[in-house]
Amino acid sequence: MHVAYPVVLAALLFSVGVYGVLARRNAILVLMSVELMLNAVNLNLITFDVWLRDALNAGQTLTLYVIVIAAAEVGLGLAIVLLVFRNRTTIAVDSLRELADRDEEPAAGNGQVTTLQEAER
Amino acid sequence: MSGPEIVFVLLGIVALGSAVLVVTTRQLVHAALWLVVTLGSLAGCFLVLTAELVAWVQVLIYVGAVVVLLLFGIMLTRAPIGRSSDVDSGNRWAALVVALGTAATLVTVVVSGFRNAYVDLGTPAGGAKTLGASIFRYWVLPFEALSVLLLAALIGAIVLSRTDIGAQSDGEVS
Repeated sequence: MHVAYPVVLAALLFSVGVYGVLARRNAILVLMSVELMLNAVNLNLITFDVWLRDALNAGQTLTLYVIVIAAAEVGLGLAIVLLVFRNRTTIAVDSLRELADRDEEPAAGNGQVTTLQEAER
Repeated sequence: MSGPEIVFVLLGIVALGSAVLVVTTRQLVHAALWLVVTLGSLAGCFLVLTAELVAWVQVLIYVGAVVVLLLFGIMLTRAPIGRSSDVDSGNRWAALVVALGTAATLVTVVVSGFRNAYVDLGTPAGGAKTLGASIFRYWVLPFEALSVLLLAALIGAIVLSRTDIGAQSDGEVS
């Protein structure tokens, strides 16, 4: 089988995940998009492992580790999301702006940050 | 196209289509269910690539545990069941541009980089025997580090989600 098929599929899945992370407002949907990106990486790892016939099976072992780390990440991420929901009663990621630089604050020294924030709007 | 390529392309179309539905659907529960379809068809792709153990671990952990955890999160944050209009933020067109740029760049690079590379699927590469032997023979130390990481994540999730731990921290040192 040509290597291009799984690698192209992984690249497309990764960019779908990038779109989801950037465009979604709900924090749980952002976590789902992160899972999509991690799965694209897993597909790449498996493909290269099977293609190169690694004697130590490093690609598949690393895939198992990535799956476990993703499970840990989802557990901690959901705990944080639930804590945010308990404190703020919303998990919309673009309304959680407590730590953002305000416009009314003096812009001395952080002019670049405020211009980035204005460009975001 | 050979037989495995056809099966892989079909599974890939299913995975990609349901992944697009995950990031575009307006119903939160449907997004989690489409994620099941994506992860399941990716497990099928792993099976085509003869990585059996990873495919079944993918089904067990992702479809069985992670998606259920995400569904619990959706339920616990009192997400609206049904169609909701504010699931996408205002910068979705910028996100679309960034995603299309990423896709174009990555596809161009990998197609030009792996033009003459072929996977030999004749001999299975990832049975439970070979993978277990290599994990417990060569990768034992990362395995142990991973178990410590899982323990730390477990304790962290418990500490974050219990309300009676952080509340008393203003008075006495806990």
